[in-house]
Amino acid sequence: RKINLFHAFFIFFETRDRHKSRSKDSRSEKSVTINSPPAEPLLGDSSVRGEQVQDDNWGETTTAVTGTSEHSLSQEDIVRITKDLEDSVGLDCRRYVTRTIAVILGLLVFFTPLAFLVLPHILWPEKLKSCGTACEGLFISVAFKLLILLLAVWALFFRPARAGLPRVFVFRILLAVLVFLFVVSYWLFYSVRILDSQDDNYQGIVQYAVSLVDALLFIHYLAVVLLELRQLQPCFSVCVTRSTDGETRHYNLGQLSIQRAALAIIEHYYCDFPIHNPALLSASKSRAAKHLAGLKVYNVDGEFPSQSRAMIAAAARRRDTSHNELYYEEAEHERRVRKRRARLVVAVEEAFTHIKRMQEEEPKKAPGDVMDPREAAQAIFPSMARALQKYLRTTKQQHCHSMESIQQHLAFCITNNMTPKAFLESYLTPGPTLQYGKDHWLGRRWTLISEASVTSGLKDGSVFVLKCVDFSLVVTTKKIPYIQMSEEYIDPKSHKFVLRLQSETSV
Amino acid sequence: MSFVPGQPVTAIVQRIEIQKLRQGENLILGFSIGGGIDQDPGQNPFSEDKSDKGIYVTRITPGGPAEVAGLKMGDKIMQVNGWDMTMVTHDQARKKLTKRKEDVVRLLITRKSLEETVKQSMGCHPKQ
Repeated sequence: RKINLFHAFFIFFETRDRHKSRSKDSRSEKSVTINSPPAEPLLGDSSVRGEQVQDDNWGETTTAVTGTSEHSLSQEDIVRITKDLEDSVGLDCRRYVTRTIAVILGLLVFFTPLAFLVLPHILWPEKLKSCGTACEGLFISVAFKLLILLLAVWALFFRPARAGLPRVFVFRILLAVLVFLFVVSYWLFYSVRILDSQDDNYQGIVQYAVSLVDALLFIHYLAVVLLELRQLQPCFSVCVTRSTDGETRHYNLGQLSIQRAALAIIEHYYCDFPIHNPALLSASKSRAAKHLAGLKVYNVDGEFPSQSRAMIAAAARRRDTSHNELYYEEAEHERRVRKRRARLVVAVEEAFTHIKRMQEEEPKKAPGDVMDPREAAQAIFPSMARALQKYLRTTKQQHCHSMESIQQHLAFCITNNMTPKAFLESYLTPGPTLQYGKDHWLGRRWTLISEASVTSGLKDGSVFVLKCVDFSLVVTTKKIPYIQMSEEYIDPKSHKFVLRLQSETSV
Repeated sequence: MSFVPGQPVTAIVQRIEIQKLRQGENLILGFSIGGGIDQDPGQNPFSEDKSDKGIYVTRITPGGPAEVAGLKMGDKIMQVNGWDMTMVTHDQARKKLTKRKEDVVRLLITRKSLEETVKQSMGCHPKQ
């Protein structure tokens, strides 16, 4: 009896701790389950030796309450997390460094030809031969080429950065190094052969500057090919699956490094994948928990068999009727959703008939009657609010839409002469993540988990995972096969037909 | 039994006389025909030459007048009451067989086994 009470107290105490730590998830569902006892004896330091006395009634004398709620976040948690992330300094630092390096390199590149042209005039103006017509023509050429180079560099490199990637962009580094070496070598040549010897052939100097600008334009062409054109031709087909609900999409990508491919995939994710709704997953989790909890493991001989094997064997033998419940539950849910949807559609259509656009030619109504879109939306919203709310609750979407956002959307639809069906479209089907307010993006922090180095290129069969706070996207790659096409010519006169009849008549 | 265009067709034929049976309003013969110049000869299971567009007997009603008269499945009909059946459409053949005013049809039919029978009988009885 003594041991029994101690047992009970210990278990109760343990579960009370667990209960406390989950108190902040109080808004999620809870169900009462009975846990199987741990494998090792609870009273490790007990003075009782010899046979372990297992009281068969221990299950009835204890209460174990464990929350089977999934890891749910409240609104304050979300805000706290995003604030923490955005306060981090490390990534911003790197962005500024790359920006400054780019600007310095750009200035160096831009002012070098000008310096080449101007320095002789400053340092040895008397010795310099005068510039003939051909030479002055070259000035114009230098000027315009520099202008084109400036515009091209601005177009290619000075775009707002759309992401911070974990590793540096290999091609950009290569190009920057190439440009730097190139300009340095030109300066070396210039300083040794021209500045030191004070060459008086100005036309030669101008031609030298023109050749530098030409070469820079060619390097820019190389940059366009490496950075933009190379990955346009589709080479790989990637399959992206969301880990929580199995939503899958396929995309075609070109030859990219893994981090750039990941970036392209995330951008597609925001546009294509329906929004991640954790409320829809609770049903399968509770089923899984019920399944596990239905088994109690007892030790009959005092030995402790391996728990997992025993449980799997027991589960296989047990007659389970949970599939039946699932079927009827889903059918019932489907019916309920359809009924609510019908009520909602009727309510919205009716609401939309209450207002109409005022024509200019109509005799002026009293100012109190004329409304702007927002007021019109507020006027007709109450008649459909209840039906809409009930529908959103049934489809577990109520946290995605706030009253304010619904009214805004209604005003938007009224302004643009949309039909009730167009207004309802965004509520009947879950749209892509970008459609919803910013607080649903749940942190734009993604983690790339990959076995290969992230700057290595995509290969056939490479797999990587993009982890977000709530879920992860699993990406697998397949190479698009080489297509061998042959041709066959058909003479247009060769299309001829005959009747294929075979009747049988009885006489 | 194939023909060479321009040459007369020769075949060993058997004469069969069928009495039409009155069934209610109709006079029936008790067999079905297939083939014709407007049909697909390749589908004919009974013809040796798959370009033969003649009229063939495809089915015999058991106990009907045709079976009684000795018509067999697979026979090619060469003439009906003097009308040629080797170069007619399916519908024309049907019409020649189902004339309401005639009670009797006299068919000339040919089949592969006829040739063999004749050869055997000629072989057994050399010229007398």
